[in-house]
Amino acid sequence: MSRIKTVFANLKQQGKTALIPYITAGDPHPKFTVSLMHTLVEHGADMIELGVPFSDPMADGPVIQRASERALVHKVGLTAVLDMVKTFRQTDQATPIILMGYANPIEAVGAVAFADKAKAADVDGVITVDYPPEECGSFVKELQDRGIDPVFLLSPTTDAKRVELIVKQASGFVYYVSLKGVTGAANLDIVEVASRVASIREQTNLPVGVGFGIRDAATAKATAAIADAVVVGSRMVLAIEGSNEANLLSNVANLMTELKTAVDAA
Amino acid sequence: MQLYDMPDARGHFGQYGGTFVAETLVEALEELRVMYEKYRHDPVFLAEYAYDLKHFVGRPSPIYHAKRLSDKVGGAQIYLKREDLNHTGAHKINNTIGQALLAKRMGKPRVIAETGAGQHGVATATIAARLGLECVVYMGSEDVKRQAPNVFRMKLLGATVVPVESGSKTLKDALNEAMRDWVTNVHNTFYIIGTVAGPHPYPMMVRDFQAIIGIEAKQQMHEMVGHQPEAVVACVGGGSNAMGIFYPYIDVPNVRLIGVEAAGLGMETGKHAAPLTANSAVGVLHGNRTYLMQDADGNIIETHSISAGLDYPGVGPEHAWLKDIKRAEYVAVTDDEAMAAFHNLCRTEGIIPALESSHALAYAEKLAKTMSKDKIILVNLSGRGDKDINTVAKLANITL
Repeated sequence: MSRIKTVFANLKQQGKTALIPYITAGDPHPKFTVSLMHTLVEHGADMIELGVPFSDPMADGPVIQRASERALVHKVGLTAVLDMVKTFRQTDQATPIILMGYANPIEAVGAVAFADKAKAADVDGVITVDYPPEECGSFVKELQDRGIDPVFLLSPTTDAKRVELIVKQASGFVYYVSLKGVTGAANLDIVEVASRVASIREQTNLPVGVGFGIRDAATAKATAAIADAVVVGSRMVLAIEGSNEANLLSNVANLMTELKTAVDAA
Repeated sequence: MQLYDMPDARGHFGQYGGTFVAETLVEALEELRVMYEKYRHDPVFLAEYAYDLKHFVGRPSPIYHAKRLSDKVGGAQIYLKREDLNHTGAHKINNTIGQALLAKRMGKPRVIAETGAGQHGVATATIAARLGLECVVYMGSEDVKRQAPNVFRMKLLGATVVPVESGSKTLKDALNEAMRDWVTNVHNTFYIIGTVAGPHPYPMMVRDFQAIIGIEAKQQMHEMVGHQPEAVVACVGGGSNAMGIFYPYIDVPNVRLIGVEAAGLGMETGKHAAPLTANSAVGVLHGNRTYLMQDADGNIIETHSISAGLDYPGVGPEHAWLKDIKRAEYVAVTDDEAMAAFHNLCRTEGIIPALESSHALAYAEKLAKTMSKDKIILVNLSGRGDKDINTVAKLANITL
């Protein structure tokens, strides 16, 4: 069984929802990324979404754009990110790592070569924001042949017919983007999200994660009540951005503890 | 002969083009695709478009035989398709009218645009004012500083100009930001993309709206000289003026189609904006697959050109396709060569060309020298140079 499946199965038995924090690899500096990942796990991360920095993150709001820019100052590319995952795996073989990024860094390596490298680094899932199912060709198969889950996004504007098309290709879980807009935008409508998640569940048995717009304990708790996983991105990156070298890990740990308590209370 | 029929139903030109966007944009693009399919052959829509081109833009734009320039260069005769004479001073308005009319039919009261030098922004603000649409233009903060007169023109026309501070603070970042706006406000907003790039249906739609350039040129050349030119030359940044004049010529045999990219400080320096000429790696940016200037990690690298309108790291996917099938040729000229051609046209013909168009002129001069006097080169003079006088003055250390 894949790590992602195992985690969801265990949580289901306990009646719990997964907490998936997002950080951008290399932010604020590549030397902190692996320690940050361990800190996330120690304070309740069930999986980690690790952002691959990209020069043109079109689907991201200003917070995650700035994280990408900070990482790119240190030339953190896809190869460097995979090396960080390898290092993380030396002491953590259990926590699923899901890479999140854009198509071009993958195309620069090549789909097959990337899948091989991701497998070698022990990556569990890949979200490629600008690879809709119609365009990603054999990429899904290359990943799945190597036991890596292609995780797809669903949005408020995705109709039932497209949900059908997407869940056929997806594995691991699907990720419902809870609002129209970029990452970090405001105004999460939890009633609307609940109704959409319910209709997605009618079309797939895959776990449904929800992200975009979860900014505090209250929204995390409300989301946890209706989803299988809660993804927290911009809020996590803000905590990193607002820290210095001395308090970076403790600030992130405090935020994680707050979110974990909220998610578990749902 | 098999007639050229690109792109396919999903916007692919061979391996290029496509719809590489986040899921949040898929429905908006599908809506646009369906509406454009509905109206692209609709006689009422096309009549309205034609009316505006004639009465608002001043089309058809003339073709002018640049005799003194041709004599000075020595060789083939150089003819100019005078897009510089259009209202707002460039070819950009052909496309913004088409898309704005579509926005109106789709019931979208708000239009947004990205702009580099500001020409597309001005053309969008112009048609938005004319149709009573709210208009927001995204412009890299570097470009806002460099192109102050165009920023003020947009504001005079009632548009809001938003300086973009992310990334390299230039055209590509303005495009990213416009996409982000569109994702957020898609219910009431139409995104007017200014070039033959972006996700499907934009490359096809912008080409179709710009094809009026080539359609007119074919008829005008026939009337003027009784045959078509040996070569058609146009500058290529994203490539909309070039696609506009090339497209109606693709199926015409024996007409060379030559796209001229910006070699900046020289191809060998790496400081250029010529992904086709440099044979850059193929990748995905702004919703389509094409040749892209990028580093080994797949991050987009900064480009250089004296002309803001050519300063773009990618190129429209149809140009990538035309290069691969060898129907068009792509070359590059440097900042210095373009500047020399700029001054040459000013002094010999009394026409101040845009710095973008000066790249096409520079290559036409080189090519003309290799051809006999009875041959014809048609250059798409895509815009006028009034917007560039500050840049040119600065190069000469003159303060205006």
